[in-house]
Amino acid sequence: MNRWGRENRALKTVLVAASFAFVALFLVLPLCQVLWKAFEFGVRPFWDSVSDTYTAKALKLSIITTVLAVACNTLFGLCAAWAVTRFSFPGKGFLVTLIDIPFAVSPVIAGLVFIMTFGRLGWAYPFLTEHDIKIVFAVPGLVLATIFVTFPFVAREIIPVLTARGTDEEEAAVLMGAGLFRTFRSVTLPHIRWALLYGVILCTARAMGEFGAVSVVSGHLRGRTNTLPLHIEILFREYHTLQSFSAAAILVATAVLLLVARNIVEGISRKDADCHVR
Amino acid sequence: MCASPKPAAFFPAPEPAGIGGAPPPPTEAAASRSAPRLELRPGAGGSVSSPGAPPASGRLSAASPASGRLSAAPPASGRLSAAATLAAPAAAYVSLEGVNKSFGDFQAAREVSFSLPEGTLGALLGPSGSGKTTILRMIAGLETPDGGDIRIGGSRVNDIHPSRRGIGFVFQNYALFRYMNVFDNVAFGLKTQKAPKARIRERVAELLALTSMEGLEKRYPGQLSGGQRQRVAFARALAPSPRLLLLDEPFAAIDAKVRKELRSWLRDMISRLGITSIFVTHDQSEAIEVADLVIITNGGRVEQAGPPVELYRDPATPFVARFVGESTVLSGYGKLSGFGDAPSGALCAVRPEFVHVCPPGEPVQYGHSAEDAVVESVSFRGSSLELVLEVKGFRLASFYSLEHAPLSPGDRVKVLIYRVYAFDGDKARLVNNSLLSSQGNGYNFII
Repeated sequence: MNRWGRENRALKTVLVAASFAFVALFLVLPLCQVLWKAFEFGVRPFWDSVSDTYTAKALKLSIITTVLAVACNTLFGLCAAWAVTRFSFPGKGFLVTLIDIPFAVSPVIAGLVFIMTFGRLGWAYPFLTEHDIKIVFAVPGLVLATIFVTFPFVAREIIPVLTARGTDEEEAAVLMGAGLFRTFRSVTLPHIRWALLYGVILCTARAMGEFGAVSVVSGHLRGRTNTLPLHIEILFREYHTLQSFSAAAILVATAVLLLVARNIVEGISRKDADCHVR
Repeated sequence: MCASPKPAAFFPAPEPAGIGGAPPPPTEAAASRSAPRLELRPGAGGSVSSPGAPPASGRLSAASPASGRLSAAPPASGRLSAAATLAAPAAAYVSLEGVNKSFGDFQAAREVSFSLPEGTLGALLGPSGSGKTTILRMIAGLETPDGGDIRIGGSRVNDIHPSRRGIGFVFQNYALFRYMNVFDNVAFGLKTQKAPKARIRERVAELLALTSMEGLEKRYPGQLSGGQRQRVAFARALAPSPRLLLLDEPFAAIDAKVRKELRSWLRDMISRLGITSIFVTHDQSEAIEVADLVIITNGGRVEQAGPPVELYRDPATPFVARFVGESTVLSGYGKLSGFGDAPSGALCAVRPEFVHVCPPGEPVQYGHSAEDAVVESVSFRGSSLELVLEVKGFRLASFYSLEHAPLSPGDRVKVLIYRVYAFDGDKARLVNNSLLSSQGNGYNFII
């Protein structure tokens, strides 16, 4: 073994150790802390805090918001990815950049955007009051804010897959008389299904935990517009430590489950690609 | 979008305007028609124009109309003759007239015109970027031409949806559906036509037998070799019984060893089925060996179209003279004896077989027109030697039989240059050595 090899091995050990230490200190330890605090006095107090009316309502609202936002963004992601990879049109590069905006913009700004649009000072306010539609400080606002923040996840996952694959299988299907829906279902979808699921999982994880944008448009009406992350913050501020950590434990558990799901999907998709691509 | 489909209008009746008529509607009728068309015709020679009898001009015209196809679809044959006389030049099954296409600033096709008789195998040959694939995709309907007419079977198809043109398409990388097994790939076109299940099974079995792919129905494309994939692509394209088969660089993705074998397999298969076909290639030997008619494209233009022998023997343009076969381009060939009539600085192309090297020690024929040459290099080409000679400052290639006295670099020999392809602007023509032809040289140019 030469000098370089030995030095590389030392470097490798240092870097790997540093990475593990960092992840343990800043990610794993705090999360364990959350779980430990939640179950500090046993399962019974945990269950009592979680089954509290407002916590249960917050969880329900979070789930509704997440489902709606993920459904919208899945649909949008599919359409955008299809449009961007299958057609050429002016402003295509611009559209791809726009899709990424939520990654760059602070979620608080996103919330403010909706306040400025649909709130009392917003241009849409007169129209909304006239038709008795509530968006800001109501569930539609929460859904819109979540959609905004989780906008890129699905599209981002599908676009590279569709780009790498080219259009010839679809052309072949169209030449053989397949309509748009059939082409999508039997030719395109099998290619992107794992990427799509992966995107949906990431989107769900992000939507469940969204705080900033939702906080701005929520109005913090307990039992009505409080999602789980907002509820946790309120509980914590009111020194309901056990209750807030118990609710937080639910979010942590969801995140862990989604991570496991993500890894499984990743594994399957790699195996799938081995069988079918080249 | 497209003309209203008429039942069984495989050969559409002419419309009063001379255009239109419906392509085959993708119905069960289409599937049931397929039975007679898959029959292997032993006497397929009739459907393939013989390369030995080229049309007089560079442009393809009525060569040998295939009759086998008509007998396979008797009810329509009467209508075809009517359509042919009214809508298109006789026996031109596929024809393009003044087709243009540009992508932004890039003009991929300029005034492309050619026609192909029924039952023949045509090759679109040209260097990459010459527009050949674009032309093929326009025929299929995957690209829309900016102008010009595309006709298939006598009717204009410009405004007809790709799936209704009755075309089978084999993509360059086959574009097999990677998430479907072989059976589902081949059955796809039949399923979209809503053919009955039993019929689909029967037809797929038929095609897999034809392509010797029986027993591999359950395999996925990723589990097949390149040659097997090509055969699946071929079977899939043929399954819905197209009237025209288009193949985009069908051999490009296959390694050289298998390529030759597949080439003759495909040639054989197409002539057995008698289906009019066009394939795209950049490999001149592929086009020349496989096709009945070769359409040479360059810079989006059709340089010349004709049977391979004709293109080789009588190139119409400098590009064709250089692109087909081996040749050396000479500038100012007027100083060669026998070509004194050439304008100064004129260009010409010389093929190795136009240059005869007189073996040393043997009497030199036509001594007054022979040139002195110095052998620059000798390389062994299997059955003969290839010489590079220096003649009056030109470097020429020639073949030399192994039977003659051996030559080595530096040797001085006499050479006779029988003929050249003289370039005149964008035209090329054959010019014989005047000193030889005035005496009747006894060498007839035979390939």
